[in-house]
Amino acid sequence: MDAKAETTGWQYDLYRGVKSAGVKHVVYVPDAGHSIAIREAENDPDMHAVVLTTEEEGIGYLAGAWLGGERGVLLMQSSGVGNCINMLSLQVSIRFPLLMLVTMRGEWAEFNPWQNPMGQATERALKLMGVTTWRADAPQDVAPLLTSAASMAFEGDGSCALLLGQRLIGAKQWTK
Amino acid sequence: MDQVTLDRRAAVTALVVERKDLLVVAGLGSAAYDLMAAGDHDSNFYLWGGMGSAAMIGLGLATAQPQRPVLALTGDGEMLMGMGALATIALRKPNNLTVAVLDNGHYGETGMQESHTRRGVALDRVAQACGFPWTGTINDMDGIAALRARMAAQQGLAFATIKIAAENPPRVLPPRDGVFLKNRFRAALG
Repeated sequence: MDAKAETTGWQYDLYRGVKSAGVKHVVYVPDAGHSIAIREAENDPDMHAVVLTTEEEGIGYLAGAWLGGERGVLLMQSSGVGNCINMLSLQVSIRFPLLMLVTMRGEWAEFNPWQNPMGQATERALKLMGVTTWRADAPQDVAPLLTSAASMAFEGDGSCALLLGQRLIGAKQWTK
Repeated sequence: MDQVTLDRRAAVTALVVERKDLLVVAGLGSAAYDLMAAGDHDSNFYLWGGMGSAAMIGLGLATAQPQRPVLALTGDGEMLMGMGALATIALRKPNNLTVAVLDNGHYGETGMQESHTRRGVALDRVAQACGFPWTGTINDMDGIAALRARMAAQQGLAFATIKIAAENPPRVLPPRDGVFLKNRFRAALG
């Protein structure tokens, strides 16, 4: 692979979008779909990359970072949205910019049916808690949707989630 | 543990007295009332919800404001709900963050039911096992004064269990408007 090929693709678009939105904190629970963004953030000297034990920790962290004047983003899987439900009330009460990038499970070519209940409830659950959502199902959609979500989060104190469809990510390779 | 007589209001007042540039996040319930009773301040951020998030808000704030000492002040029940945060914070080790838990072993807001700490869980030992470079249990006002000095000097990430009497003093209510508290806090940072 040449150098150019190594940094093309929607996963790199995603990290570039995060950077160009002025984000200084990437908080995450490890996830295969976000693996490139996580690696980029961990290797970026200008980024605080914070690994969490559970996704709801990230909501508190981002509220604190914003109280301190800085922008952040929460990377997680759709199952993690379920862990965040009550903590999303912090955003409604404080109205700090909350940008969440969610890799979807349980909706397309899912090999693990235990992912289906939360994956299929993710978007509705977010909406119930007042989060504005967008879906990216094609690689070319990621950059413009991220730019849009980031502007509504950071310029409008919004609670925003970009859902990265399972079809975009691709079927998980099931190996022993 | 049954001999503990430290008064929560006196302890919190002594912890934030002459605070200078200290930033404080208080967990919901009694910790927030104690901080308010010690005197409202633009650099106080009081929670009324998000139970389990106080320490993580402290971590985000301490990371974004590395020159300022940050105190996450909360109760044992609130800390227990977000105990994974101790692992997350220990990995980061911000020098300017102190997590202080007012531990009376009870849920004061809901009728004084016993908490896990009353039944044997030692939160400072959990923090120690996670890798906090300094942890301690404070049982007297000298310990409070020492923690305050440590915090002001930003001597590294710390976790303190402050053992307080299981009393429920009258509530002193902080403002409930989170947007107001946020804007006031950010404006005070300049």
